[in-house]
Amino acid sequence: MPPRLPLLALLAGLALATPAQAGQEMRAGGKLVLTDGVSSVEGAAGGGLATWALIGGNETRDGIGGSAHVTYVPLADYSLTSYGAAIGIMDRVELSYTRQVFDTHEVGAALGLGKGFTFDQDVLGAKLRLLGDAVYDQDSWLPQVSVGAQYKHANRGTIIHAVGGAHDSGTDFFVSATKILLGQSLVLDGTVRATKANQFGLLGFGGDRHDSYSAQFEGSAAVLLTRKLAVGGEARTKPDNLGFAREDAAWDAFAAYAVTKNVSLTAAYVDLGSIATVKGQRGAFLSLQTSF
Amino acid sequence: MLPVLLALAASAMPVPPGEQPVDPYAQSDANAGAMRFQGQSMWHAFHEQAGVQRIVDGFVDRDIADPVIGEIFKGQDIVRLRRTLKEQFCYILNGGCAYSGRTMKEAHKNLGIQIKDMNVLVVNLQKAMAAEGVPFFAQNRFLAKLAPMKKDVVVR
Repeated sequence: MPPRLPLLALLAGLALATPAQAGQEMRAGGKLVLTDGVSSVEGAAGGGLATWALIGGNETRDGIGGSAHVTYVPLADYSLTSYGAAIGIMDRVELSYTRQVFDTHEVGAALGLGKGFTFDQDVLGAKLRLLGDAVYDQDSWLPQVSVGAQYKHANRGTIIHAVGGAHDSGTDFFVSATKILLGQSLVLDGTVRATKANQFGLLGFGGDRHDSYSAQFEGSAAVLLTRKLAVGGEARTKPDNLGFAREDAAWDAFAAYAVTKNVSLTAAYVDLGSIATVKGQRGAFLSLQTSF
Repeated sequence: MLPVLLALAASAMPVPPGEQPVDPYAQSDANAGAMRFQGQSMWHAFHEQAGVQRIVDGFVDRDIADPVIGEIFKGQDIVRLRRTLKEQFCYILNGGCAYSGRTMKEAHKNLGIQIKDMNVLVVNLQKAMAAEGVPFFAQNRFLAKLAPMKKDVVVR
């Protein structure tokens, strides 16, 4: 718990210290639809799997906005449900909270944990936009660049330690670059994440094979088909720290649709590979987000 | 020297019918704020002169009636706005027009435009282009030319 609090305070302070423009008027809303991204699996604005440099919430640099989401990921043998909310401050800082519930269904019974045994995780995120404007900087190749951290705490410490996991909490650090190439109707993102997380952190952090940070990559590419619809794909690499079970990279193919100015729906086909020795964890990724 | 040039420019610039006089300024296609496209594909995608006229009229109509940004257009010379926008669009789309308007910075100074206003304007333009049947990818190529104008349009 303690390490994240000074970081959040620092980021909030940076946002409020942004010099006010002459005659600046605070206003609600105002972002172009989908330019706040959608809620990623860890609650940060992004694609489905990847965290992006975009700041969540509908606000512009003249306001404060926010978003809330629910996401359901039914896989072959497991399911993941997540819900959370984010605050966007002046299109500069994003603070987010998400709770993930990973249901083991029948696998739980087979492992002696009990049918429907769940691994839960809280994720607290903070993101700071350093430079660039993904939307308007169309005369430059410079992307929008953000840095951030995600503090994660998994609730099954005893089991995590029993299977070789080193810690039940950890902090990821990332730098993310997002660019809308409007002339090509493309959205591109690349994110590098320093992490120890096993299966996003649901199986703890570090393990019997490795207990050090490694740099992992998240990439997304999407094409804008209409003002309200983007389709694309993502890939995300993950550490492989636990001796008892191999961990694979994840990928998805998604469609994000802005139903209204305040509601977006994301549907994806997602492949998370092998999870806790059970291979072929593929399925759907369905997410509903509202933002203001 | 400059006052002489401006006086010459002004004398060569009679006020078109229905428009209000503006302070003299140096005319140049560079005032349009964007390099024009090469070739004719974009001009065709926007249905040439008749299409650009319909798009600009639809765009301005939406802006004037807009609950968020309509107020900004009150008291502005809408006749001149329509004419110079049509010239600007035609110039950028390589339709062979000259642009006779002011720079984006000059035309938007003192309007107090914020990002939210600019985003509303973009959506109104998207709707006007969609109503004309301009393919979405061509719309985006055009918007990519206009986007950098934000730094001259958004003044606070």
